[in-house]
Amino acid sequence: MAETPARLALLRRHPLLWPVVALVALLAINVVANPGFLSLRMQDGHLYGNLVDIARNGAPVLLVALGMTLVIATRGIDLSVGAVAAISGAVACVYIAGAPDGGSVGTAIVACSLALATCVALGLWNGFLVSVLGIQPIIATLVLMTAGRGLAMLVTDGQITTVNNSTFAGLGVGFVATLPIAILVALGVFALTALVVRRTALGMLIEAVGINPEASRLAGVRARTIIWTVYVFAALCAGLAGLMIAGNTSAADANNAGLWIELDAILAVVIGGTSLAGGRFSLAGTLVGALFIQTLATTIPNLGIPAQTNYLFKAVVVILVCLLQSPRVRHALRVRRRTLPMTAKAGVA
Amino acid sequence: MLKKSLVATCAITLGAVTLTACGSSESGGSGSGGSGGSDGGLTMGFAQVGAESGWRTANTKSIQDTAKSEGVDLKFSDAQQKQENQIKAIRSYIQQKVDVIAFSPVVETGWDTVLLEAKRAKIPVILTDRSVDSKDDSLYETFLGSDFVQEGEKAGDWLVENAGESDVDGDGSIKVVELEGTTGAAPAIDRKEGFGSKIAADDSIEVVASQTGDFTRDGGKKVMETFLKSEKGIDVVYAHNDDMGLGAIEAIKAAGMKPGTDIKIITVDAVKDGMTALSKGEINFIVECNPLLGPQLMDLAKKVVDGEEVPKRVVTEETTFDQEQAAEVLDQRQY
Repeated sequence: MAETPARLALLRRHPLLWPVVALVALLAINVVANPGFLSLRMQDGHLYGNLVDIARNGAPVLLVALGMTLVIATRGIDLSVGAVAAISGAVACVYIAGAPDGGSVGTAIVACSLALATCVALGLWNGFLVSVLGIQPIIATLVLMTAGRGLAMLVTDGQITTVNNSTFAGLGVGFVATLPIAILVALGVFALTALVVRRTALGMLIEAVGINPEASRLAGVRARTIIWTVYVFAALCAGLAGLMIAGNTSAADANNAGLWIELDAILAVVIGGTSLAGGRFSLAGTLVGALFIQTLATTIPNLGIPAQTNYLFKAVVVILVCLLQSPRVRHALRVRRRTLPMTAKAGVA
Repeated sequence: MLKKSLVATCAITLGAVTLTACGSSESGGSGSGGSGGSDGGLTMGFAQVGAESGWRTANTKSIQDTAKSEGVDLKFSDAQQKQENQIKAIRSYIQQKVDVIAFSPVVETGWDTVLLEAKRAKIPVILTDRSVDSKDDSLYETFLGSDFVQEGEKAGDWLVENAGESDVDGDGSIKVVELEGTTGAAPAIDRKEGFGSKIAADDSIEVVASQTGDFTRDGGKKVMETFLKSEKGIDVVYAHNDDMGLGAIEAIKAAGMKPGTDIKIITVDAVKDGMTALSKGEINFIVECNPLLGPQLMDLAKKVVDGEEVPKRVVTEETTFDQEQAAEVLDQRQY
């Protein structure tokens, strides 16, 4: 008997409770507005429905947020991920468009490898600025955030480069075993990351660096290498996301691909309960946060919110979730709830 | 705490400086890089919206090519769809004392201050493609561009004339979903207005949902994906540009329907990708919006600098295409 309330209390204190509640509430609003919102059906041999769209379109945000979580855990931030995604898509599409055999599987593989290699180089650059030169992460990555789109435009010559390669497009729109390839890839990277950071000491070392880089260095943790690694990882994730974004429309749009995705990713990480001050991080929280962000994007056309007010709607929802997350606000609410019944009782007596 | 936030503020400010520096070096690279109008030729500063669509790319290319062939020293900047970047570019053109400034405003409002600065510096301004919403029309010499309201009306007219076959599911009412351009942009506002005024003539036509797709393929596709699930019995898609229409085509295909047959599609622009889709029967009707403004723009710029009178409004010549016409002209399409 006594176990149940204890478990309930544990659940109520679980850090993932509020993000999950927010996600479920958002889905519930959508179902009220459109009862068929959650319905799934088979279409041309794969699942079809809003949930599938959320998973597929949310895959890039999830990937970017995954890289961002580790960067934030080291007390850093990476603003350049959107630009890196644009460069990745641009490199891949320009290679495919220029290749003699543009539609073949081999071309797609070479194009993706080339794009990801470019992203590793960009990540090394970010990591170098932050860990070796000691530039503040927000400044170090801002360089690539602004210059990166210019680079992407240089690669594409300022044009939207359209390609015709079914393997490449598959990364964005393809399905395997009735599920979108994009979300399977993203979840695969997610699982691998979780395995590596939680089953080895790496996760703890990242948290140690985030809590106190100097102390962890003195304790023998190679803070520089760890910080460098997380920026490379973030860039690699962003590159993979960029390939998905480009694959979704079979085109590289240097101006708009991954635009503001860094902010969506940071928001996903924060909603997931990871503090921007560094230290402890929650990968599961990031997963919930990324799904929340994408569900919010789908909610706007589903509810029929007019174009003029959709940013306001987004802002209000995000503020509400952040307030729910704030321990101080929750504490204030709890105090009020406890005092209210007591005064009521006093009144009766 | 205070110290921390102060550091953060400095960091952001510093970042903004880096941003400006990067922006200007970029535009320097893509421009012709001449030293100004000292050689007697005409120097023009052009602030482009961005490269958000194939249409815009064709527009940019037309202006750059014509400038080269006419011997105009063109200083070109790309605002990446941000008004602040465009204002910065115009200010830098004023400082460089160019002979004439031309630009396509990203949005309609908020231009009075910077245009007044240009007027005080006695640099004439020509608006291209999109207009500004200002009470004082002495702030610019002329506006060269398409009549977006008319484009919307042409799209609406076609739907009213073809109402019979556009009612795909045959339930007596024609349900239209509208993919709007960037919120606040003149073409989005005017194409919506023109279309709305014409379809009002037929009670059976109704716009059931409307949302911005930001003039991009990705935006059009994502909005259409949700519309296909939230709205029952969509008959027609009206997209404010070809790119969003092309995104919608992919969403419709993914839903197992045939674009152009199961759902009729009307778009505006007539870029090559759009015309290809039209000739393949995936789009039903395209209203042309001609991006090749280069020759007309250079002609107007020379007249303005020479002090000749020019009309306040110059409309570009435009037509419409159905599926047969698209197949005929597809080979000659430059953009």
